[in-house]
Amino acid sequence: MEKLLEITNLKTSFFTHFGEVQAVRETTFSMDKGEVLGIVGESGSGKSVTALSIMRLVESPGKIVSGKIIFDGKDITGMTEKEMTEIRGQDIAMIFQDPMTSLNPVYTIRNQMVEVIRRHTDMSRKQALAKAEDMLRLVEIPEPKKRINSYPHEFSGGMKQRAMIATALSCDPKLLIADEPTTALDVTIQAQIIALMKNLKEKLSMSIIIITHDLGVIAEICSRIIVMYGGKIMEEGTSDEIFYEPQNPYTVGLHKSVPRMDSGDRKRLVPIAGSPPDLLSPPGGCPFSPRCPHTMEICLKEHPPKFNLSATHSSACWLLHPESPAVEGYRKGVQRNEG
Amino acid sequence: MKNYFLRRILSALFTIFLIATITFFLMKSVPGGPLTRERALSPEIEAVMIERYNLDAPILEQYFDYMKGLVTFNLGPSFAKIGLSVEELIWKGMPNSFKIGALSVLLIIILGIPIGIISALKQNKPIDYFVMFMATLGVTIPSFVLATGIIYIFAGKLGWIPSFGLNSPLSYIGPVVALSGYSLSFVARLTRSSMLEVLRQDYIRTARANGLRELSVIGKHAIKNALIPVITYIGPMIAAILTGSFVIEKIFAIPGIGRYFVESVTNRDYTVLLGITVFYAAFYVIMVLLVDVAYALVDPRIKFNK
Repeated sequence: MEKLLEITNLKTSFFTHFGEVQAVRETTFSMDKGEVLGIVGESGSGKSVTALSIMRLVESPGKIVSGKIIFDGKDITGMTEKEMTEIRGQDIAMIFQDPMTSLNPVYTIRNQMVEVIRRHTDMSRKQALAKAEDMLRLVEIPEPKKRINSYPHEFSGGMKQRAMIATALSCDPKLLIADEPTTALDVTIQAQIIALMKNLKEKLSMSIIIITHDLGVIAEICSRIIVMYGGKIMEEGTSDEIFYEPQNPYTVGLHKSVPRMDSGDRKRLVPIAGSPPDLLSPPGGCPFSPRCPHTMEICLKEHPPKFNLSATHSSACWLLHPESPAVEGYRKGVQRNEG
Repeated sequence: MKNYFLRRILSALFTIFLIATITFFLMKSVPGGPLTRERALSPEIEAVMIERYNLDAPILEQYFDYMKGLVTFNLGPSFAKIGLSVEELIWKGMPNSFKIGALSVLLIIILGIPIGIISALKQNKPIDYFVMFMATLGVTIPSFVLATGIIYIFAGKLGWIPSFGLNSPLSYIGPVVALSGYSLSFVARLTRSSMLEVLRQDYIRTARANGLRELSVIGKHAIKNALIPVITYIGPMIAAILTGSFVIEKIFAIPGIGRYFVESVTNRDYTVLLGITVFYAAFYVIMVLLVDVAYALVDPRIKFNK
């Protein structure tokens, strides 16, 4: 498979009055063309900042400190702002968490969509309008010819998110980044939006990164999942691997905190105790060690390397080290040789 | 939409009626009257005057007389400026106040808004600090200090501009700058903070994420939203500035309506005081109505129904 996106040792920090907040720390991952990649983690785990880094939209006082982002063979980290505006919306599009506030309230949907289409194509006003109507039809907004003249406040939340998706996809991007696309919507609308994205993925043959804290959303649509915590990747694998044989205590904790319809027994949900690490002064070893049920001495001292469990599955946890004591449910992995 | 305006105009008329009524009775309840002078009039003359102006009639009769005049735009004669009617006084003073006011409003809008925007875009840079320093000065220095300062330095010491009157184009500079100083600073500060607020909004991030050029992100998507609170301030401000400023007109010796207004208070010149108050009120109400229309043009979420 051809690589669409390769991120190497990405480090993004926010330089605040209190010091450097290390939102993303030395993160490395890649994705193939046509893949749907999920990034999960709780608030403050660095998943949104990773996405904004790919778009080069990290706002001041935030900054990409080091690392490389190669998109479609081009190094994004070295591009000028002007070159980036060509990439954004055209090659990489992004939709955001809150559709209520993500559309400009004082312009019609038509005005906003036509502007984006004309920005990235040579279409005339008329062609762009036709294209915009087609896109609205594609995202299943009824009567697009009429509704396109609406203002955002005349749309419901679900329709706004559909309009956002339509705008984002109007220039046939190679990659769509959806940052918590369903978090602000109610449950039935969430399911519709996920179904829509799944459907569009097939039709438009693009790659998608979905960022969420909701494992249910990810299970629906993603082929591969990255679990992030404290600005680092904890576990990485196919959906099946992450869901059926998680090999990282954090992933296991996430699973236990999600209600299950199929389990039958009425067990209480188990929350992960404690709260996410303070990224101003992150813990020295594994970021999850202060909350982990299996913490060992080494966890506090040194960040665990990646242990390979299969060609697709890897996890950063000392439990997988051959010399660690055996814990039920965890296998021994092979330490990956990385620089 | 039509209904909305009909209702707004009716409520405006009612507001003006209330203001006229309240002012009328307030004036009547104050001790002294237009005939009270430092040097008392002889009883015969006073009797003739009272007879002539119907000042001994029951107060309600006087009130109805006055309201009748108001409806027919007959505001009565001035007691202090003999031989002039109130309408004549307004028409005499208004053009001068209006010329100064209109120039000030132009200056405020043309300079204040762009300065605020630039300052917001260069937040925490030297130019932003400089602009905000000047704007804070502008807001805190009272207009009479500014006016006196301008006369002292530019008219007196340097002799660049005339110190009084409106006889040459140059003579407008002093009063216009003094009159707009406060509002110009205020508009710049308001535009800046509003712009900073808008630049943090999600839809600005969306615009950037869609690859729009910075010119469009700022010039199209941010500005229109940022101007909404500025319009709120500018509407009534225009009414206040166009109707003249007593202080500025007094200091620069400009025969404007603001000067007549304050003189009418010291002279207990009932009719002039009432007339100008009602005129101000009407002007203000109309400006507020225009602001609401401008609102709907800028912000589609505002609708003229209900």
